[in-house]
Amino acid sequence: MSSIQWQFPRALEDEAIYILRETAAQFERPAILFSGGKDSITLVRLAQKAFYPGKIPFPLLHVDTGHNFPETIEFRDWLVETLGLELIVRNVQDSINQGKAKEETGKYASRNALQTVTLLDAIEELKFDACIGGARRDEEKARAKERIFSVRDEFGQWNSKIQRPELFDHLNGKVNIGENVRVFPISNWTELDVWNYIREEGLAIPSIYFSHERKIIERDGMYWPYSDFLNTTEDEKPFPAKVRFRTVGDMTCTAAVMSEADKLEDIITEILAAKISERGARIDDKRSEAAMEKRKNAGYF
Amino acid sequence: MDVLRITTSGSVDDGKSTLIGRLLFDTKSITQDKMEALTAASKRKGLDFTDLSLLTDGLIAEREQGITIDVAHIYFSTPNRKYIIADTPGHFEYTRNMVTGASTAQVSLILIDARKGIVEQTYRHFFIACMLRIPHLVVCINKMDLVEYDEARFNQIHEDFQQLLKGSFYEDKEVKFIPISSLYGENVVTKTEKISWYKSQPLLEFLEEIELDTTDRQHPARFPVQYVIRPKTEQHHDFRGFAGKVASGSFHVGAEIVSLPNGQRSKIKSIEKFEQQLDAAHATESVVITLEDEIDISRGNLLVTPDNIPEGRKELVAQICWMDQQKLSAGKTYLLVHGANRIKAKVQQLHHVVEVTTNRIEEKTEMGLNDIGKITLKTAQPVFADAYQANPANGTFILVDEFSNATVAVGFVD
Repeated sequence: MSSIQWQFPRALEDEAIYILRETAAQFERPAILFSGGKDSITLVRLAQKAFYPGKIPFPLLHVDTGHNFPETIEFRDWLVETLGLELIVRNVQDSINQGKAKEETGKYASRNALQTVTLLDAIEELKFDACIGGARRDEEKARAKERIFSVRDEFGQWNSKIQRPELFDHLNGKVNIGENVRVFPISNWTELDVWNYIREEGLAIPSIYFSHERKIIERDGMYWPYSDFLNTTEDEKPFPAKVRFRTVGDMTCTAAVMSEADKLEDIITEILAAKISERGARIDDKRSEAAMEKRKNAGYF
Repeated sequence: MDVLRITTSGSVDDGKSTLIGRLLFDTKSITQDKMEALTAASKRKGLDFTDLSLLTDGLIAEREQGITIDVAHIYFSTPNRKYIIADTPGHFEYTRNMVTGASTAQVSLILIDARKGIVEQTYRHFFIACMLRIPHLVVCINKMDLVEYDEARFNQIHEDFQQLLKGSFYEDKEVKFIPISSLYGENVVTKTEKISWYKSQPLLEFLEEIELDTTDRQHPARFPVQYVIRPKTEQHHDFRGFAGKVASGSFHVGAEIVSLPNGQRSKIKSIEKFEQQLDAAHATESVVITLEDEIDISRGNLLVTPDNIPEGRKELVAQICWMDQQKLSAGKTYLLVHGANRIKAKVQQLHHVVEVTTNRIEEKTEMGLNDIGKITLKTAQPVFADAYQANPANGTFILVDEFSNATVAVGFVD
């Protein structure tokens, strides 16, 4: 643990805090996109530090697919309560009921892509001009091209060909009416940085990140959490196993890994030795080579 | 753990993306699933080898055309430090991306194709490295396998490059030249027998030993106020803290400060980082400063120490790089962004444009995308910038178009 690889590079925290303060100063109504995953938990911590002893000047926005892990929701409510935060929840189910989004069918059905509809509606309804997200450039190759202040048009679309140059510390948050900005304060962090930060800061995280027993099915070489939301076929029989989640999305798009790691130290050791990338466990990314870019173009974060 | 930021630049097809892929592959930073995806994608393209460049060309349009269009940020770490590479496109029309990638870099890595030697793009990249005064410069002579690992060829290019260095920012600095083959991973992470005449380190070993540049700390103290924290809670009723990131120099508790533009003085009561009380804050640290006296300070003010107060200028001469499709218009008003300040600025004069490949100065009446030149700006309020040469952290600005809101230029104050 004395090894350099176990140390969080503090320069990244200074940078993220700088970005959050710029966001508070340059925009009228920013919100933190909060999923209950480790990256958004990190964002909340950074915001807490950026404005201390003042309160976090943004509400949290959770786009609830209805397919969350119950442990994540439990954690979300606990965090909001403990830190005295403002939480706004908007439901994908409502978008489906209003006929704005359509449930996918088949055994790969997921509400991941549907979130975009609900998110864009929420931005319009609540008049958010900046949404702060926990996306990192190391996660995925389209995200590697993202800006820190990423301008989206009226339809929430990302246009990778006309991105604003970002130089030195200068962040240009000026937008035209109808446009809004996605802000990514931890752009330059890696998965390992996030875990080292959580460990050094002593942050609480949902229990599903640690090893636990759960019913799973095996499909396409991945372990899928078994739940009512997952459409299974006859021969996909659930069985119990010791697993944990490396990344937390919906129950229908996040694969588990076999693991005995029940402490942060063990998780970090596992990541340092991992042969599979973090998003390798994201079923939503496996749809095509450009799955992420296509979702981003449509307004996903 | 420290972070070394590198910018890579090269010309079309000189193997830049392959070099980065190689750095990742040989440091075991590519995971099995990403490698499998690469192999499959290479096969689909009809290649009989795994094309490592597919790793960095993240956009559909880039993979279609086999070129890098936009800056990509790549991350890897060794047991020694964390690396961030800003991979910038080698195409002529994307100079603005090169400047962008270079703006935060500590190391500029220039790639040269051993068969072609110095080409037009090399001059461009070198010019940008000099203009930004990037502390370290590494020149990798790539594709040595295609010139039979010929020492004479390497020496020739080395000599040609020495001519460029004469009279430049790098004249008295150590510039590293390394013969490599990124395709075969020779002298990238590991040394190769095939280039036994090269006695020095391979690229990664050299990068591992680079000392982080901390000259920002020695420069005059500058603290742009980003945000005022006033909790107004029972517990912190009278708290009034000034949040910001120290641009350069250091600030100490008890020391006197001057707030610009109004020139009011006070003493630092405390420097805080969350629940921690600090004695001092240094360049690049994000902190909150409280003062002994109630003086009027808001976002956009600059705190400095009385030993070195920058002059407020309403007329700025600066070298700028133009980054927008729409040309610069003399007489037009833009928004100048410097620190936390947004100030109206009018382009008073366009002095000249530099032809970066020849270093020749040309009289011109207009400036377009990717042009670099010198202008005079007249500003509505005084700007408390330092000359870029003297204090880079307080010597740059961007110009924003008031109508499109686009970032149209970056400037380096004279």
